[in-house]
Amino acid sequence: MEAYLDNSATTRCSDRACQLMVDLLTKDYGNPSSLHMKGIEAERFVETAKKKIAKTLRVSEKEIIFTSGGTESNNLAIIGAAMANRRAGNHIITTSIEHASVENPMEFLKEQGFDITYLSVDENGIISLEELEEAVTEQTILVSMMQVNNEIGAIEPVAEAAELIKKKNPATLIHVDAIQSYGKMYIYPKKLGIDMLSVSGHKIHGPKGSGFLWVKEKTKLKPLILGGGQQKGMRSGTENVPAIAGLGEAAEEIYENLDEKRAHLYGLKQRFINGIERLEGTHVNGKTGEDSAPHIVSVSFEGIRSEVLLHSLEDRGIYVSSGSACSSNNHAGKQKGSKTLRNIHLKENLLDSTLRFSFSVHTTEEEIDYTLEVLGELLPVLKKYTRH
Amino acid sequence: MYKSFLVKYGEIGVKGKNRYIFENMLMEQIRHALKTAEGEFEVTKEQGRIYVNVVSDDYDYDETVEALSRVFGIVGFCPLLQVEDEGFDKLAETVVDYLGKEYPEKNFTFKVNARRARKNYPLDSMEINAELGGKILDAFPESKVDVHNPEVMVCIEIRSLINIYSKEIPGPGGMPVGSNGKAMLLLSGGIDSPVAGYMIAKRGVALDATYFHAPPYTSERAKQKVVDLAKLVARYSGPINLHVVNFTDIQLYIYEKCPHEELTIIMRRYMMKLAEHFAKENRCLGLITGESIGQVASQTMQSLAATNEVCTMPVYRPLIGFDKQEIVEVSEKIDTYETSIQPFEDCCTIFVAKHPVTKPNIEYIKKSETKLEEKIDDLMQTAIDTVEVIHVEAE
Repeated sequence: MEAYLDNSATTRCSDRACQLMVDLLTKDYGNPSSLHMKGIEAERFVETAKKKIAKTLRVSEKEIIFTSGGTESNNLAIIGAAMANRRAGNHIITTSIEHASVENPMEFLKEQGFDITYLSVDENGIISLEELEEAVTEQTILVSMMQVNNEIGAIEPVAEAAELIKKKNPATLIHVDAIQSYGKMYIYPKKLGIDMLSVSGHKIHGPKGSGFLWVKEKTKLKPLILGGGQQKGMRSGTENVPAIAGLGEAAEEIYENLDEKRAHLYGLKQRFINGIERLEGTHVNGKTGEDSAPHIVSVSFEGIRSEVLLHSLEDRGIYVSSGSACSSNNHAGKQKGSKTLRNIHLKENLLDSTLRFSFSVHTTEEEIDYTLEVLGELLPVLKKYTRH
Repeated sequence: MYKSFLVKYGEIGVKGKNRYIFENMLMEQIRHALKTAEGEFEVTKEQGRIYVNVVSDDYDYDETVEALSRVFGIVGFCPLLQVEDEGFDKLAETVVDYLGKEYPEKNFTFKVNARRARKNYPLDSMEINAELGGKILDAFPESKVDVHNPEVMVCIEIRSLINIYSKEIPGPGGMPVGSNGKAMLLLSGGIDSPVAGYMIAKRGVALDATYFHAPPYTSERAKQKVVDLAKLVARYSGPINLHVVNFTDIQLYIYEKCPHEELTIIMRRYMMKLAEHFAKENRCLGLITGESIGQVASQTMQSLAATNEVCTMPVYRPLIGFDKQEIVEVSEKIDTYETSIQPFEDCCTIFVAKHPVTKPNIEYIKKSETKLEEKIDDLMQTAIDTVEVIHVEAE
């Protein structure tokens, strides 16, 4: 049996998206900027994708900028906003558990002279609204935070945070990294009171190399990629029409019957957690109920190296991620490992013993049960060979 | 501009009556190495010299130079201009034209070094040197003759064709691979073992390799890394048969039965035994390891003695007196460093005791090993039966 439980890393592309992409690569392969019919047809596919995405967010289709994926969306939002608004202030706030595609642009901006505040999180990976409120000043031009944490599935209080921020400094822009939340929950940026939102295509059964940034109208943003002025100059380069269309299709599809899908995912999550808790020496990290993401479960296994367990599971057809890459034999001497796990103050001995299981709509109860059964077999054996 | 190369070899030139064997091996190695360069080449031997001639209309000069600079046995090679004899004036014109292109700054010191192998040429060597020197001075007024320490040595060889060259690109030295048999390299994913393989191959030894894989404790990526390293070493050593041995069950069994501080030593003893088995099976004449005295607990003099004790074949340890930094320098030179430092674990750390013995006593080790008697032979046999052999060639 095979169980792919690494859907937060990437997902299988949906058949609908694939079919459309094949057509666009082989039949309607025009360049949207061309003046002839082939170009206009291609442009229509881009427009359709925009409409489909805009509908899921209840925003205007004019506010969608297509990118090469989540990383580019985050870079464009953070660096683009900082560069366009640097005269208004030089202070930026983010959290201590962001993905590298937020963290590294922040480090870049720090080198450019910006002042960055990293908010701490509690043991469940949730930021403190008081700390946030205190951090916002007149100088604050941007707050960037994730909606769902990619490692433990914590849901951040985005709406409450946005309200506080705007009350204290209405000019502060708010960017939300929704890469793990889009397609798993309803997200209405206008209701949330935010200005930018990043999404990646391949996390929602769309193609890799696709993504978008939603930017509220009139938000000041500088483009990072310069060239022929496509997408109103915000992202030059011939639009990746097949990927964009595939992303649009996947976005539409994942929001069809979302309530049912969420119920299915939460059902799987509960079933999995119940099983895990029956196994000795296991700890589920973060919140576990409907106040957490429906598709991510982080588990620490006492006395077992995550990499070893990962490969043992792989041997049985079960694919997962390690919460932290091994740091004990690191030639580069750089501290690696999970920032999220460190920042929720997971015990030192569990840092290297944590796996992430992440589900998709295709995941079945049988796969969950099979995984639990295999874990039940493996854990006692692996525990025997612990470093003393 | 160049259509041939003159290959210079040092050591093998003095091998007496066996010389032709070494030369033929060198030519074979050159032919093999040139497969990675774009173009078609012919390798010939004439009057005790080896030439590489380009026979295709076009070829990649840089790739050719790179390929030749990896062939052990080559001390240096000269990009060669070969022309027909069309009289001395024409020759002088060609040489001046050649120097103008090769040294566009035109203010060098030089010496002409002519050799007349074909004795019916109208000028003798001394006359050629003088005449040609004059023509060069006329053409490049800023240049100067310096017979003791010239920047440019203009070599002219009058044979059936005339060879003109002035540059020598250094080769790696050593002896042609295959001229000294074959040895089995214990290849891990680290920095040292590829360097050890390179150094022994340099002395003319062909390589096979053994890697110990311990799934799930080591990952597929760690194995891929070893294959990648073997490919890099194969650029020098020629093709390598990489034996991937599944070592997990042996490791677990040792872990279960023996004192943990002795794990590494006992493990290494079984690794040596297995490597020696595959070495004999493949007609290797020795084992090669990347050990250097005192580098880690398993490489103290006592530990080396303990692992060495199980081998009946000679174990070559070319890095034995090297410091880590010296090993790193060679690995950077042969381009294996970047691959070696990729952070996939070669052997999982859970099998390394916190305080391993550094001065193992062979008698104690042997006593511990008696606890393995029940199953170890079967496990060894399984490891031998399930070995995966990957034929690795340079890319």
